[in-house]
Amino acid sequence: MRSVVTAQDLTLKSINWKESFLTGAVMLFTALPFLALVLMLGNILLEGGKVISWGFLSQSPSGGMLHGGIFPCIFGTLMVTILMILMALPLGIGAGIYLVEYAGQGMIVRVIRAAVNNLAGVPSIVFGLFGVGFFILFIGRSMDSVLQTGLLFGQPCMIWAAATLSVLVLPIIIVSTEEALNAVPQSHRQASMALGATKWETIWNVVLPQARAGILTGAILSVSRGAGETAPILFTGCAYFLPHLPVVKLFGVIPMVNPASQFMELSYHIFVMATQSIDPIKTLPIQYGTTLVLISMTFLLNFTAIGFRIHFRRQQGSLH
Amino acid sequence: MPEKEVLMTEDISLSELKAKPKYSLQGESNLNLPDVIVEAKNLSVFYGPNRAIANADLAVREKSVTALIGPSGCGKSTFLRTLNRMNDSIPGIRFEGKVEIHGLDIYAPNINVVTLRRIVGMVFQKQNPFPKSIFDNVAYGPRLHGVHSRQQLAEIVEQSLQRAALWDEVKDRLDKSAMALSGGQQQRLCIARCLAVNPEIILMDEPCSALDPIATAKIEELIYQLKKDFTIVIVTHNMQQAARVSDWTAFFYMGKLVEVDETKKIFMSPAHKQTEEYITGRFG
Repeated sequence: MRSVVTAQDLTLKSINWKESFLTGAVMLFTALPFLALVLMLGNILLEGGKVISWGFLSQSPSGGMLHGGIFPCIFGTLMVTILMILMALPLGIGAGIYLVEYAGQGMIVRVIRAAVNNLAGVPSIVFGLFGVGFFILFIGRSMDSVLQTGLLFGQPCMIWAAATLSVLVLPIIIVSTEEALNAVPQSHRQASMALGATKWETIWNVVLPQARAGILTGAILSVSRGAGETAPILFTGCAYFLPHLPVVKLFGVIPMVNPASQFMELSYHIFVMATQSIDPIKTLPIQYGTTLVLISMTFLLNFTAIGFRIHFRRQQGSLH
Repeated sequence: MPEKEVLMTEDISLSELKAKPKYSLQGESNLNLPDVIVEAKNLSVFYGPNRAIANADLAVREKSVTALIGPSGCGKSTFLRTLNRMNDSIPGIRFEGKVEIHGLDIYAPNINVVTLRRIVGMVFQKQNPFPKSIFDNVAYGPRLHGVHSRQQLAEIVEQSLQRAALWDEVKDRLDKSAMALSGGQQQRLCIARCLAVNPEIILMDEPCSALDPIATAKIEELIYQLKKDFTIVIVTHNMQQAARVSDWTAFFYMGKLVEVDETKKIFMSPAHKQTEEYITGRFG
């Protein structure tokens, strides 16, 4: 028998409810993270904004850590991040270049690649413990005994904190470098080789200039990740309070960051203010202020790097 | 045409190669023929267990155009890339026999591949200019090889672009991106880039297959001009193109070099039945 479709069937009123419910639900799910971000940032901006002043940014903590500013923490975070990126970037880019341009597809390379990916999944506290075991106790102590310096490098200090962070962000840089290099057309490499360029000349003159934007993305991501981490530096260099900035005078004149000194750091400062302070309730404004500064600094670093990336893209875009 | 640049001292084998007196094919009776510059002797190429080229013997004569024709997968591109060792990096590739340039085996262990590629330039199937300015594209090779004075580079760039019949179209925008050029212009730019290192031999791997008929005609005209100064080996799928631009034609089929002769003879009266069937379009 032939079925007849009526106008009622075509309106499908009963199903509309289900449809709109599901649509609404997925829209809500999408909105939730955004809402969370707005609430979090809004709260921090409101509460932190009250605390931020020139004094807060430029002074040291005082009065049993209940008063004063957070300048040493800003300084420490900046320095340790810079040191981290100086260590991680050449290493990570080098490893990425090796994996893409030289390594081929052998067994060993697959193992290395798997190791890099797994490194990205290791909890950050494990990096902190690794930093203590490897950098401080093994390398630091060995350096001390070779250099006859007494206990100098064999204890938590900025250079090991930065080294630990750089191991943490290495996978990000390696993977983004690999992706950026793979995006460069093979035909450009061939053209360069056919003109009598060596492999390295080809990488330097043709491949890397095109991969700059992508590599920089990796650097951006790693800076935001590294600057905000607490666990890896918890045991490897952070201090609760230091009366002086970790600066030495080179030859008694030129001020230089002392990589063998401990340092104060923003995220660690938030952690100690919230958990180790004499009165955690009284330090609440400081916690808010510090959080706001940390977030703003990460954003600022990001925006600078994004600016660079846009610049490179445009430079290349005009050449496309 | 300027004198070829003197090779660097460390490339002993290649300067030796340059100094070597040119010779004619043994048993060649016709003395009017140009000298042989490239010669493959009993060449076989393997990709892993597969033989891509089997026992090919082919001589390329100086300042002439040699076309390599044959159906897809017949080994003609592999053969072309063997001449400047662009195949070297393919995993599992293996060579037997010899490829000689000026009588020197280019697969000998003491050959500097980088210098070899200065002498044997290459133009690819898909135009592949770098995302740099027109000037920097052409200057890329000379810069690699140590030319850094702006004036000298400018001379080389102008001369190369003129030889590639592109100068008039781009002389006012040398600092603009090469990517803004049309496909045909890009391919001529790639030819100019290749000419800028002053090679002796130019390999062209289906240089017109991505171009429209007008751009193709320009490139063909250019090839005709270039053979006055250069030796050209061109792979093409287009029979008419082979007939138009080449002096010699080699027909490859399933990895075998079936026949090689003067182009007019190949197209008028081929010695092999397979050749005739291919050029008349009965297969391939």
